[in-house]
Amino acid sequence: MERSIVLVALFAALIAALGLIPKIMLTSGVPITAQSLGIMLCGTVLGAKRGGAAALLFVLLTLAGLPLLAGGRGGLGLLASPTVGFIIGFPLAAFAAGWIMERFQRQNILVVGILASIVGGIIVLYIPGVLGMSAVLGKSLSDALVLMLPFITGDLIKAALAGFITQAIHRARPHLLLSRH
Amino acid sequence: MILLCVLTSLLFGISDPVSGVAIALCVILVYAALGVRFFIKGMRVLIGLWPFLILIGAWHIWLADYHQGIIILSRLISAVALANLVTMTTRLQDMIDFLVRVSRPARWFGLSPQAIGIAIALVIRFIPVLVARAQHLSVAYRARSGKRASWRIILPLVFSVLDDADNISNALRARGGI
Repeated sequence: MERSIVLVALFAALIAALGLIPKIMLTSGVPITAQSLGIMLCGTVLGAKRGGAAALLFVLLTLAGLPLLAGGRGGLGLLASPTVGFIIGFPLAAFAAGWIMERFQRQNILVVGILASIVGGIIVLYIPGVLGMSAVLGKSLSDALVLMLPFITGDLIKAALAGFITQAIHRARPHLLLSRH
Repeated sequence: MILLCVLTSLLFGISDPVSGVAIALCVILVYAALGVRFFIKGMRVLIGLWPFLILIGAWHIWLADYHQGIIILSRLISAVALANLVTMTTRLQDMIDFLVRVSRPARWFGLSPQAIGIAIALVIRFIPVLVARAQHLSVAYRARSGKRASWRIILPLVFSVLDDADNISNALRARGGI
């Protein structure tokens, strides 16, 4: 019980830290932060329930006013901003990634890790993200989707990274990979 | 808090540009009424919206639909400014107390409010620790390789988090648990 709570709390802090450290990611025009990488890792490392809880805790603290979102944003104003859907989507994305990890226990961990990160961190995250954007900006769904296209490359790279990191954890400390038990 | 919800939903009902702009100005006036420093800080947060503002502005100029564009822009500015007003005038402790109170139904799933309080405290305590650790890792990486630290520091960071979690949970249990 204690372990679960501590892991959830520390991974929520990890999401925040990954969003706050100055761009350590590839510098390729499109601004990328490692924040969504943190969301993917929550799911692939902690599993569905704990990963989702960690992302939820992070979102709640951000809404409560801590400037934790990449770029130092935070507060209730986020709920009215165009990125509202992504913020709501964070816990869902982590949960989905964790669910896929738990579902495919036998298959190659690298492949499942990357797949889980793509499904959770891109597909599941973009659905509420695009919905929220089109609602707040008063655009059609396809217009909102076009706005998101430049980010997909970066997110694919991050999904691959999340897969590799998950595999490395599995090799070094298999007992710590809670999504595989 | 509830007032904020009501006001924001009213904002979405506005359909003529003049009242939209008027409301946005009113909200900004409230900021100004609370002092110069408060005003500057609040406006700095709002400036973070600029990529969206320019994008929507350009979009509607291109479509020559100025009417709708002004409504959306003013609605966006007032909604975000209003919500930030609540955040900026409430202390973090009050916000966390509110969160713990709201999360009381979590007890039905076997989660005590106390556990949630500890989790929140841990997150806040560990963010600066992790950021500092990431900086150490990237400096160390640069010292050894001569190159800029890239994504390669994330893996050791995650390992350190997992190890910390073990130590902290042992420490918590040794002190009587949650």
